[in-house]
Amino acid sequence: MSDIKFSKETLALANQIIARYPEGKQKSALIPLLHLAQAEFDGWLSPEVMDYVASLLHIQNIEAYEVASFYSMFNLKPVGKCMIEVCRTSSCWLRGANEVIAHLENKLGIKEGETTADGMFTLKAVECLGSCGTAPMMMIGAQFHENLTHEKLDAIIDTCKQDGKRKTYLDSVVVDNY
Amino acid sequence: MGRKILLAHDHVPGIQGYEVYRQHGGYNSVEKAIKTMSPEAVVEEVKKSGLRGRGGAGFPTGMKWSFLAKPEGVPRYLVCNADESEPGTFKDRYLMSRIPHTLVEGMITSSYALGVNTAYIYIRGEYFYIVSILEKAIAEAYANGWLGKNILGSGYNLDLYVQVGAGAYICGEETALLESLEGKRGNPRIKPPFPAIAGLYGCPTVVNNVETLAAVSFIVNEGGDEYAKIGIGKSAGTKLISASGHINKPGVYEIEMGISVEDFIFSEEYCGGISNGKKLKAVVAGGSSVPILPADKILHLANGEKRLMSYESLADGGFGGGTMLGSGGFIVMDEDTSIVENLFTFARFYHHESCGQCSPCREGTAWMEKILHKMIDGHATVADIDLLWEIQAKIEGNTICPLGDAAAWPVASAIRHFRSEFEEYVKNPKVINKVTRMAV
Repeated sequence: MSDIKFSKETLALANQIIARYPEGKQKSALIPLLHLAQAEFDGWLSPEVMDYVASLLHIQNIEAYEVASFYSMFNLKPVGKCMIEVCRTSSCWLRGANEVIAHLENKLGIKEGETTADGMFTLKAVECLGSCGTAPMMMIGAQFHENLTHEKLDAIIDTCKQDGKRKTYLDSVVVDNY
Repeated sequence: MGRKILLAHDHVPGIQGYEVYRQHGGYNSVEKAIKTMSPEAVVEEVKKSGLRGRGGAGFPTGMKWSFLAKPEGVPRYLVCNADESEPGTFKDRYLMSRIPHTLVEGMITSSYALGVNTAYIYIRGEYFYIVSILEKAIAEAYANGWLGKNILGSGYNLDLYVQVGAGAYICGEETALLESLEGKRGNPRIKPPFPAIAGLYGCPTVVNNVETLAAVSFIVNEGGDEYAKIGIGKSAGTKLISASGHINKPGVYEIEMGISVEDFIFSEEYCGGISNGKKLKAVVAGGSSVPILPADKILHLANGEKRLMSYESLADGGFGGGTMLGSGGFIVMDEDTSIVENLFTFARFYHHESCGQCSPCREGTAWMEKILHKMIDGHATVADIDLLWEIQAKIEGNTICPLGDAAAWPVASAIRHFRSEFEEYVKNPKVINKVTRMAV
């Protein structure tokens, strides 16, 4: 057995989520709990982490694996502290998504899909994030970065570097007044 | 100025919070419904209103509600589809993040009408930041007695929860959404049975889009007849349009259905015309799945009349010459846009998002992406255009859920209307990606 365990606070939140569903339907909490786990355990879901989540829900381990492997937001391999997800679908593409990716590849010295050697950044091109009116855009953790320009990109990367913290989907974020 | 319903108070400072929302008439529909109307009477008003599903399919909401089975002793569920993922669509995000109470209110009124005691909002994982906005609104609704036990002393109970997804377009399909809500992979179910008979946990369930549920409050407050007066013909009411692409003013606009497409694109009230003084080339009017139309066909019908922003007018001409209102994801392309390359982004999208359950979609979307990739790489021939056409025709209608059709239609329409551009492109590929498009 591994010693993977949620913190007291996260476990309380997990139990609160499980209680939202009818008796015997606790599996419904699987996706929310996998999100909690990914945020707490270094940004990815190792088999041990998925086993732990499965044990909380009294389901088979494979039920957690099959779900984790289906959804794009779950990482089954380690990723950088800041995973940059650049939208590349039509509306963003029409307004320069490829340039955003090229700019970031150049600045970070990696190709799309790769992680920097220091483990700080992973660059990933993703499908439509629902921010088409403020294209081009990308997200880092839960934060949307919209109406991107070359200058904005540089500033965002620099801020992430200075801050040095892991970004997760559970972060509280600044909501743009779009 | 067109009439605003959903966004009437959009620019009121503090409208995100309970107090201001309530001061502007918020939750009146819950009060009216619970205190003065039977659940059946609410359903009747929604039927009269002519409201149609705003997620993309446009199915009459009142009719969908009336299909809900009501066996004794079995719980029923209302699930809000906030899995907005159709490329070009961002209206639900706008509504939920700016006026979250409008969804909460609509869900309470709708739940009362349907005899539902537990409701869920299923929101796409990428909108994680909106979860806390919605949960705050829900907590405020509980604190003020609009949710929980014995609402307004009526004996009616309702609990409302937010459930987050994790990145899967397919979960916008209602049965895939229900699978996901049950903690499974988002594989669509075979229908029938429809969710109205066997939905969440096998119980009768209604799944409605965010915008649809938000519109119910107005219908209850003002009456279904009043709602039906807005708009044009069978396109009753207002519609939120997400405008993006090469326009001067991208954003979310609430339009009264029936305005002309030309006005929508070129007037200052809406998109403000094509950016950089360019000419209009093409429009995808209702989200990535609907047929793309060239400028002349999107602006005018075959008889020369102006095409209107309504379900019927956009569909006029069938698949040969028309398109669909869909989700209202309105993507505008200027004269420099490569239809081939834009189509590649759609094909790549559908390949990525196919759940893999049905062979025509799983294999077909992959091949369509590959062939378009080959075109962009400069290795394709004219025969590949025909192959692309053949593949899309074999996907359409041959899958469990509409994702197959959604993947086929953009390909079919692009070739139908822009075949000569495809031929030109395979002879002389000019990759427009290299053109500077970012704002400077």
